Amino acid sequence: MEVGLTHYLILSGILFSIGLFGALSKHNVIGILMCIEIMLNAANIAVVAFSRFLAEDAVLLTGHVFALFVIMVAAAEAAVGLAIVITLYRDRATVDAGKVDLMKG
Amino acid sequence: MDFGAEVAFWIFAVVAVLAALAVVMVRNLFRAALFLVLSFFAVAGIYGSLSADFLAVAQVLVYMGAISVLIIFGVMLTKNVQRGNPFNRAWPWALVVCATLMGLLIFVFQDTSWTTVDASQAGPVISEGEATTSAIAEAIFDKDSGFLLPLEIAAAMILAAVVGAIALVRDE
Repeated sequence: MEVGLTHYLILSGILFSIGLFGALSKHNVIGILMCIEIMLNAANIAVVAFSRFLAEDAVLLTGHVFALFVIMVAAAEAAVGLAIVITLYRDRATVDAGKVDLMKG
Repeated sequence: MDFGAEVAFWIFAVVAVLAALAVVMVRNLFRAALFLVLSFFAVAGIYGSLSADFLAVAQVLVYMGAISVLIIFGVMLTKNVQRGNPFNRAWPWALVVCATLMGLLIFVFQDTSWTTVDASQAGPVISEGEATTSAIAEAIFDKDSGFLLPLEIAAAMILAAVVGAIALVRDE
């Protein structure tokens, strides 16, 4: 069976589900951040696969540009997210997402 | 796709999925970070099999080079409180939701017949097998249909993120 768009999309869906499961089921904030990076990667695979397969024998570059922007945003997100985690650790000596309940009603 | 790209796809897909599973399952957070690097590398290989050479290089530089170092720094700096990377109480529900989502996504992807578009109407385009770097630059910096404003906004956003991160973590 020839590898085509469907294979890449299924790979993207599997990676996204794994990342979502980790993000929903982890205590540690850094573990959650890692799983969010996996989800962003999965979305990028889908975008690049569409840009490669939607036109016959051609590569649509708009998808590549979009994936680049996603990578940029992911870098900024990782920097700010980890800064928040380190500030949280310094103030409250925890990295447990369940224990950060300052704004809980 | 030619045979080499197909073999590369299967190898890198298996590695990416197994490494992502290991990130979720492994209890030691530092090892999870290392498996995350492996997963990033496999995704770079997937980009390579899609003939997206510039994106593969960008993935190696940004994800494996920068983001993984940031994450490992985060793991190290918060090391003495963490007792591994355990699941919380809601994990069975999360498993049910995510397994359902995965099944649904796979079903939809297989069931849909993706139409192809006419390449001449689809914005900036190159033929298959061509190098993408200069073409991506032209697609971004094109005066009429480019992405100049988003690029400038992204630059401002990264500057804001850097300044914000420094402001968050510096000592008073």
